[in-house]
Amino acid sequence: MKRILTAGAVSFLSTVAATAEVLPEDIVFGEYGEVEVSLSGVAGDPVSGEALMVARGKGNCLACHQVTALEQHPFHGEVGPSLDGVADRWSEAELRGIVVNAKMTYEGTVMPAFYKVSGFYRPGDAYTGKAAVMPLSPLLTAQEIEDIVAYLLTLSD
Amino acid sequence: MYMKTLIKSGVAVIALLAAGPVAADEDADLIINDEIEITVRAEAPAHVDGLRTIYSGWVFRADETQALQMDDFENPAMLFADEAREKWTRVEGSAEKSCADCHGEPESLADARGTYPKWNDQAQEVRTLAMQVNGCRTEQMGAEAWKYDSAELLNMEALLSSVARGNPVNVAIDGPVAATFELGKEIYYSRFGQLDLSCANCHEENYGNNIRADHLSQGQINGFPTYRLKNARLNGAQTRFRGCIRDTRAETYAVGSEEFIALELYVASRGNGLSVEGPSVRN
Ligand code: HEC
Ligand code: HEC
Ligand code: HEC
Repeated sequence: MKRILTAGAVSFLSTVAATAEVLPEDIVFGEYGEVEVSLSGVAGDPVSGEALMVARGKGNCLACHQVTALEQHPFHGEVGPSLDGVADRWSEAELRGIVVNAKMTYEGTVMPAFYKVSGFYRPGDAYTGKAAVMPLSPLLTAQEIEDIVAYLLTLSD
Repeated sequence: MYMKTLIKSGVAVIALLAAGPVAADEDADLIINDEIEITVRAEAPAHVDGLRTIYSGWVFRADETQALQMDDFENPAMLFADEAREKWTRVEGSAEKSCADCHGEPESLADARGTYPKWNDQAQEVRTLAMQVNGCRTEQMGAEAWKYDSAELLNMEALLSSVARGNPVNVAIDGPVAATFELGKEIYYSRFGQLDLSCANCHEENYGNNIRADHLSQGQINGFPTYRLKNARLNGAQTRFRGCIRDTRAETYAVGSEEFIALELYVASRGNGLSVEGPSVRN
């Protein structure tokens, strides 16, 4: 039910904002760090989202989170809470806000901001240890964020 | 610290066993060669606000890795210390001296390792142990300095650590090193890179937790140089700092830089009260 509603909302949006991707600098956060508007205007794909959560070079969310539904992938971290049932605790907009920049929801959190390109101290060129080549790219693209949010919305108890 | 609360629920324990890497025995004690007692946990020094107890990185390693360090015949790092022992008596440089000519046996320098980095009055600078060895090479022997974290230098540091094992880490933080200490502390708590993480985020707030397959320690350096199973050689503390900063998607500092000397002094002082344990074995 929830999923149908979401899909409906997204297709409505995509007709309005056909290709207009929201850039990291243009994100509008709500009072509690939530982000209402789809970043890409295209419905997220939870299958792609699952792969991005696991991939070390992408979301690598398992570095810090345990997810029972992803048990077939080894080594789940313990730095953050388990994401089991996360769709029951947060709305789509809140989850998008957490993945975009968790610091807007949890002040000072260790969770990295996945859709942010400025305000870093000594940013590097990926994992080379060298200075970053400006402008920075966000850790995940707009569509990748939407895919991950779509996957998180499948995690209900 | 989610694990600390989660572990109480059986679910998390099962998840850990199913998905986690080989568990470590965090309560084990370290006695090397049935003889040298190593303090691997101690009350945190008063200047470290974020910790109550300090732990050697040894505590967080898997049983098999821990075991390698309990016997010098099994500790691969000791081979490198032995190489340095051979060089100890080798005459080098324009003064035609060896380390032995001035220092006798390496054991006579057993008090050094645990107090470095420290202030050198003559040079008017903070020196790491590596810098002091190079100071002797260039100023006393008329020989060339060894490259920072090169094999020769790490071997010598391994030797100087091995003779100091069991002695307390006791790095001074005041007087002429106060400014260096403050710089090191500032770096330790700064959030670096695009992942926006500080040393403290991982090693103070999350030690004992897994980050993906890695079991986080407090990032202490009482065990350096460390022999890592991952690269099968000795690793210097500053090279390790470099790797950790790089992994936050940040621009690192150079090994031997003012920043890393300060960070080494600060991190070393967070281990005041542990024993010198290097050369140690890590993964
Ligand atoms: C470096 C560790 C780290 C990484 C990597 C990380 N997180 Fe988090 N995450 C946390 C922490 C810690 C929290 C808890 C917030 C707090 O209290 O600081 C959190 C909270 C969350 C929450 C809210 C959880 C709840 O149950 O309320 C969600 C959802 C989440 N993260 C999703 C993700 C996703 C998706 C990724 C990958 C794209 C990710 N995280 C990557 C550390 C991390
Ligand atoms: C010509 C004599 C001489 C030679 C040769 C020499 N040193 Fe030194 N060394 C000294 C003197 C003098 C000091 C103390 C003065 C100082 O701080 O520089 C010292 C200090 C040290 C210290 C610091 C001790 C402490 O407790 O702070 C170490 C470590 C050391 N030397 C290692 C070495 C090594 C390794 C070699 C060989 C590569 C070596 N030295 C060669 C004279 C020498
Ligand atoms: C993203 C998390 C993370 C951050 C941030 C981080 N480290 Fe580490 N560090 C690790 C991991 C993982 C290891 C390997 C397991 C262990 O010993 O904790 C490690 C290992 C170490 C070790 C080796 C400890 C031993 O006993 O061999 C030292 C020293 C260290 N880190 C220092 C630092 C310093 C200093 C900083 C800040 C400049 C830092 N780390 C930042 C994750 C991190």
